[in-house]
Amino acid sequence: MKFTDEHDQFRSAIRDLVEREINPHCDTWEADGIFPAHDLFAKLGQVGVLGIEYDQAYGGQGADHSFTLVMGEEIGRCHSGGVAMAISVQTDMATPALARFGSHELKQRYLAPAMAGEMVAAIAVTEPDAGSDVAGLRTKAVRDGDEWVINGTKLYITNGTQADWLCLLARTSDEGGARGMSQIVVPTDAEGFSVSRKLDKLGQRSSDTAELSFVDVRVPVDNTIGEAGRGFQQQMAQFQNERLIANYMSAANMRLALDRTIAYVKQRRAFGKTLADQQWIQYKLAEVIAEVDVVTHYNHACAEAVVAGADPFTVAKMASIGKLKCGRLNREVADLAMQFHGGIGYMEETWTARYFRDSRLISIGGGADEVMLRIIAQLEGISGDPR
Amino acid sequence: MNVVVCVKQIPDPADPGALDPESKTLKRDGKLILDESDSYGVEMALQLAGDSGEVTLVSMAPNGEVSGLRTALAMGAAKAVLVSDDALKGSDALTTAKVLAKAIERAGSYDLILAATESSDGYTGTVPEQIAEVLGLPSVTFAKAVTIDGTTVKVDRQTEAGYDEVTCPLPALVSVTAGVVEPRYPSFKGIMAAKSKPVDQVTVADLGLDAANVGWAGAGQEIIEVAQAEARQAGEVIEDDGEAFNRVVGFLSDLKII
Repeated sequence: MKFTDEHDQFRSAIRDLVEREINPHCDTWEADGIFPAHDLFAKLGQVGVLGIEYDQAYGGQGADHSFTLVMGEEIGRCHSGGVAMAISVQTDMATPALARFGSHELKQRYLAPAMAGEMVAAIAVTEPDAGSDVAGLRTKAVRDGDEWVINGTKLYITNGTQADWLCLLARTSDEGGARGMSQIVVPTDAEGFSVSRKLDKLGQRSSDTAELSFVDVRVPVDNTIGEAGRGFQQQMAQFQNERLIANYMSAANMRLALDRTIAYVKQRRAFGKTLADQQWIQYKLAEVIAEVDVVTHYNHACAEAVVAGADPFTVAKMASIGKLKCGRLNREVADLAMQFHGGIGYMEETWTARYFRDSRLISIGGGADEVMLRIIAQLEGISGDPR
Repeated sequence: MNVVVCVKQIPDPADPGALDPESKTLKRDGKLILDESDSYGVEMALQLAGDSGEVTLVSMAPNGEVSGLRTALAMGAAKAVLVSDDALKGSDALTTAKVLAKAIERAGSYDLILAATESSDGYTGTVPEQIAEVLGLPSVTFAKAVTIDGTTVKVDRQTEAGYDEVTCPLPALVSVTAGVVEPRYPSFKGIMAAKSKPVDQVTVADLGLDAANVGWAGAGQEIIEVAQAEARQAGEVIEDDGEAFNRVVGFLSDLKII
């Protein structure tokens, strides 16, 4: 990836913002189990972080995907994985389908304020019995005149307690499986919608994650994103954005963790010399640095493919490979960072403890490792080509 | 109102450079960034200029370096004058002031000049006042608040005891502290717009100055030696016997912090 001066300037602006507006507050937000999404998103919106590739007519930046890569790498340097995840839900998980397939009115009403940071968005796909297996979801939207009447439950919804609107995936016909689903924008002030509970998670603790309930929630049929019945396909496309941004953030986060670990082993003394003077430490760090460097450049190749207009299957395969490798490597880096910090690394006061918890999610969220393996096997024609 | 801001482009403090062993000055060959201490002046200028005025940047940097200027242009400044000339290498503070004064005259009409109190790499802290002297303008230092009232500028000037309220006729030069305003982040649109904003790059000759009077040739000061700063002494440990707070208060009071 060849970065221009403009990429460097954008990177620098986001890095400053993360260091001034986010990192000093992470400890408080982690302890509170929530961060002020509306306040923070308004600041991000002013810098143009929340609508990088979206249409300028609605307040987007109209940039290409290489700037999303830069944004992901810088947001990935947040000292709390929860805040980074919440931002990426707004930018690359809840809004891509609306930007791609939504009507002019829907984009004006929901996308424009989301890009300005005036509205917080959430993606409502996962259910108690349908996680990575999206085709198994049960939430139903039944048409009644010009309205959908929605009933069901959504689980593990990031930004769930603060969201102003949801990009909901629901069944809109009885076809079953991947057929007959639609994406619908649901404002959270709609009657019948409620947050059943805020969930207590292992990591990403600064981010509010919720279980959502829909009881006869009525929204206009005009709130359908794109074509009714094409929701599953649109969501699968949206998942690629989710995986790409997760990969970009993850690689940068790993590199930051390694840099912080290197700084520590250079000053920590044991057995008459610094840890960095121990050959085992040197070689182990060098080995992991090499692996993080490889996934970082794989991510760049991925972003280049998107910029060049690669076909969806190529992007899906690259995003899946990247996510599989980032997820597994992140767990290794977190383990190494804690091990090399020793006792202090096991303490909650040290950054390694939070990172150890936060690092675990990437192998689960946005499609688990096993789903990535399944996709790669399918796209390689091993288990039947989905094309 | 039109405001000129003096900005310095410096090596990234996150990736500190090295001193040239011969000249004992900081190597400035690589990419330079906007000195963070100047971002406050840029923000203050943008707020004072408003929609009806214009902010112009002046800077002196080697190799036609504009990266730091682009950051300030991305924040909202309209244009820049950059003085870049090999002859300027080794310029001392007074020469820098003379060169920047000429650049300011070239920048067009102005009501106010802003600068940081000092740069984050050289720290002489004298250039703003020298510019004012060269231009024959009044100068006010260490501004922690700046407001315009007709043809005068009102400054809250930070002092050890608190602050002085200073009123000064325009045009004037004011050096601002980091507390004066909170600088904005350059936005994506600002960054893209900055690409096409004019940067008037000039040489010493373009400014009507003689190369023999600038740089090493014109420097009135010489760096004799560079030495490591003394290591900081270990602090005093106060055991709390229930009255330790009195000693902490006394310590802070001696430093005039409280």
